[in-house]
Amino acid sequence: MTDLSLSNPTMAAKPAPPNAATAFRLPTQWIGVAPFFIFALMFLILPTLYLVVGAFQGREGQFTLDNILQLVSDPSISNSYWVSIKISFWSAIIGAFAGLAIAIAIVRGGLPGWTRSATLTFSGVASNFAGLPLAFAFIATLGRVGIVTTLLRDVLNINIYAMGFNFLTTSGLIAVYLFFQIPLMVVIIVPAIDGLKKEWGEAAATLGATQWQYWRMVVIPVIWPSFLGTVILLFANAFGAIATAYAFAGPALNIVPIKLYSQINGDVLHNPQLGYAIAFGMIVITGLANVFYIWFRTRSERWLK
Amino acid sequence: MKSGRFWAWVVFIVGAAYFFIPLLATVEFSLRMRRGVHSFDAYQIVLGDPRFQATFLYSVIAAVFTIILGVLVVVPTAYWIRLRLPQLRPIVEFITLLPLVIPAIVIVFGYIRMYGSNSPLPFLGSNMGANALLVIGYATLALPYMYRAVDTGLRTIDVRTLTEAAQILGAGWGTIIGRVILPNVLIAVLSGAFLTFAIVIGEFTMASLLNRPAFGPYLQNIGANRAYEPAALAVIAFAITWGCMSLIQILSRFAPKSANRPN
Repeated sequence: MTDLSLSNPTMAAKPAPPNAATAFRLPTQWIGVAPFFIFALMFLILPTLYLVVGAFQGREGQFTLDNILQLVSDPSISNSYWVSIKISFWSAIIGAFAGLAIAIAIVRGGLPGWTRSATLTFSGVASNFAGLPLAFAFIATLGRVGIVTTLLRDVLNINIYAMGFNFLTTSGLIAVYLFFQIPLMVVIIVPAIDGLKKEWGEAAATLGATQWQYWRMVVIPVIWPSFLGTVILLFANAFGAIATAYAFAGPALNIVPIKLYSQINGDVLHNPQLGYAIAFGMIVITGLANVFYIWFRTRSERWLK
Repeated sequence: MKSGRFWAWVVFIVGAAYFFIPLLATVEFSLRMRRGVHSFDAYQIVLGDPRFQATFLYSVIAAVFTIILGVLVVVPTAYWIRLRLPQLRPIVEFITLLPLVIPAIVIVFGYIRMYGSNSPLPFLGSNMGANALLVIGYATLALPYMYRAVDTGLRTIDVRTLTEAAQILGAGWGTIIGRVILPNVLIAVLSGAFLTFAIVIGEFTMASLLNRPAFGPYLQNIGANRAYEPAALAVIAFAITWGCMSLIQILSRFAPKSANRPN
């Protein structure tokens, strides 16, 4: 009998009113977040999608893959991607290892306490000191009449420009980018190293592990994901950077963001659709990098809670 | 352990040298404008330049509006996500991270094409519209930092109890957010605000492509045409960044540590 009453349509209709109530309440719930989603849609997602769609359209709006293919076939464009990727990759790798070394030194190296707070404060500032002023600082230091350049020339008789030094080379830009890459690494990785519990070292020692085994089997596996994740963040950070390089050489330097900048300013490639394709390529590269970043980040958080 | 400490010092000193030599050299260079002696000539010229004053003021105002817009967009959202729609948290966090994925130059390129003077929403058709678009662009750039700061602040207060208490006393949503929640997360909001300020004040790409008379394009112009002034400007910019970061650190001392602190 109870079964029957449950299948009775009038009884089944009973739970419906609360459902209707929640369905009615739902829109008011959403009003609270609507401004955010409208803002994000209008000024972040749609403008990006507009470029992505444009990358696959010809001049008359027809679908085409020509723009994307031209990124590869046009040597000046593919070369700019290659240079950008090289600079971003190496500045991320070198910045990450240097930052890690500094972080380990101040957290685990037995240095006096002030080194840690001083380094962290400074890193917070330096990781945000990028763009044009950073370029000015390096020009004042290592430019043709920079302080260090002239000191090396007059005191040690070393002419770094005769030795082939130049900001506009890949290695020159990497050296400058490290000024914000290393501090960013320090800021992110110090909490991860702090998260290494003292008990793990003691447990490893109790089990007879050597210092090397402790590092290889405990420390590295635990900080590895957040290390790798930060490398990727640094990569994206350098890949989108434009102002520093622009201050050194204006539009002459052949890296992707500067190429896109010149294209936006004056259609130097004589094909507006190609600009969309360059932007699309940039999103794909930083997007791929960040997919990995999020993946590594969630993996590392499991351990560092 | 002895050798460990030795290497730690080596790393620390080499790192310090890499970071301090350019800064010291920049300060030294900026003082060299007058031949043979140290002088503040470069600073005097820069600070006395009417274009410096105009562009700097423009960027400060843009930064203030960016912060206001950022707070208006982020605070109600982060609050509402905590209170009512926690299931949306991953989506909102993903969106706030997007500006780290999409380079600023791509975002502004999208604006130029979508909001040009012939578009349905012609932001770029007027001066005020372009100014508004710059502020919007800056707010987008600052979104990851602002959201994280506010969300961290909200974590340290008991949002639900405060909201219910305010509701019992008859407060509407505007009053709750403006007079209960915002004052409680003010320190977090200010941290986000100073970080936003540091990011926005010398920003070049967006300001330049939107043709705004901001500090960033002015810096670029001086950098391309002068010798000593850029060094002075770099020192000033570093001091501003340092000031913003110090304010954040000072503020963090006043921030509550957890929701359950005994008062």
